[in-house]
Amino acid sequence: YLQCVSDLANYPLYIRSIPTENQLKFHYTVHTSLDVVDEKIAAMGKALVDQRELYLGLLYPTEDYKVYGYVTNSKVKFVMVVDSSNTALRDNEIRSMFRKLHNSYTDVMCNPFYNPGDTIQSRPLCV
Amino acid sequence: MADEALFLLLHNELVSCVYKSAEQGEGENGRCVTKLESMGFRVGQGLIERFTKDAARFKDELDIMKFVCKDFWTSVFKKQIDNLRTNHQGIYVLQDNKFRLITQMSAGKQYLDQAPKYLAFTCGLIRGGLSNLGIKSIVTAEVSTMPACKFQVMIQKQ
Repeated sequence: YLQCVSDLANYPLYIRSIPTENQLKFHYTVHTSLDVVDEKIAAMGKALVDQRELYLGLLYPTEDYKVYGYVTNSKVKFVMVVDSSNTALRDNEIRSMFRKLHNSYTDVMCNPFYNPGDTIQSRPLCV
Repeated sequence: MADEALFLLLHNELVSCVYKSAEQGEGENGRCVTKLESMGFRVGQGLIERFTKDAARFKDELDIMKFVCKDFWTSVFKKQIDNLRTNHQGIYVLQDNKFRLITQMSAGKQYLDQAPKYLAFTCGLIRGGLSNLGIKSIVTAEVSTMPACKFQVMIQKQ
């Protein structure tokens, strides 16, 4: 499972994966999915005015993984990749995980020692 | 009530601290406003991140401005903006008839020349908040009679 925080210009602020092997492949998946997030937001602006939630849901499933997305109001993107064989993770759990991630990110932003746009090095963010 | 006073006092001290250090020969007066503004910018970025956490996604620019006038202003200054006007081409004027940071100072034209230094922080606050929501802007303030105050927000299109 892997999570990633990325800013407006699609530059990754924070990226972390468990387990640590095969990292490159995960990173690749995440970077690809950022474009899907962009597409989703663009489509959302036009069509679904009433459906304006921060959580974007399942972005796309691949054979082995499911990719979930979340965008804050400040256009910061969160992406999570999980094993698709893991059926214990339902939509609600993913949603609350993003929620926690968002809370931690907010705390980081309010930290006066953090410069917005820098790579995040923070222990509490490791959910 | 007490926390309101704290913010006011802290802000007053902040302004006088910045100006005092400038008097001792670190940079000239024009820099002070810039310094206060950039402090406000960083604070605004953090605050807006927290305030918009539970808000729904914004529809457009106007939606964001409304949020700033209502929720943001209420959280920071305990009141809403009294009047928001726009020309729908990227210029917004936010009018506050009883701006909290300067209500204690004067109710008229007295000390009018002192007003800009007490508005710089708030200008930065607005600019920082908006920039975090993806809007680049220039914010200026003007006072004709205290404690009324106008903030002009000029949105910069990319």
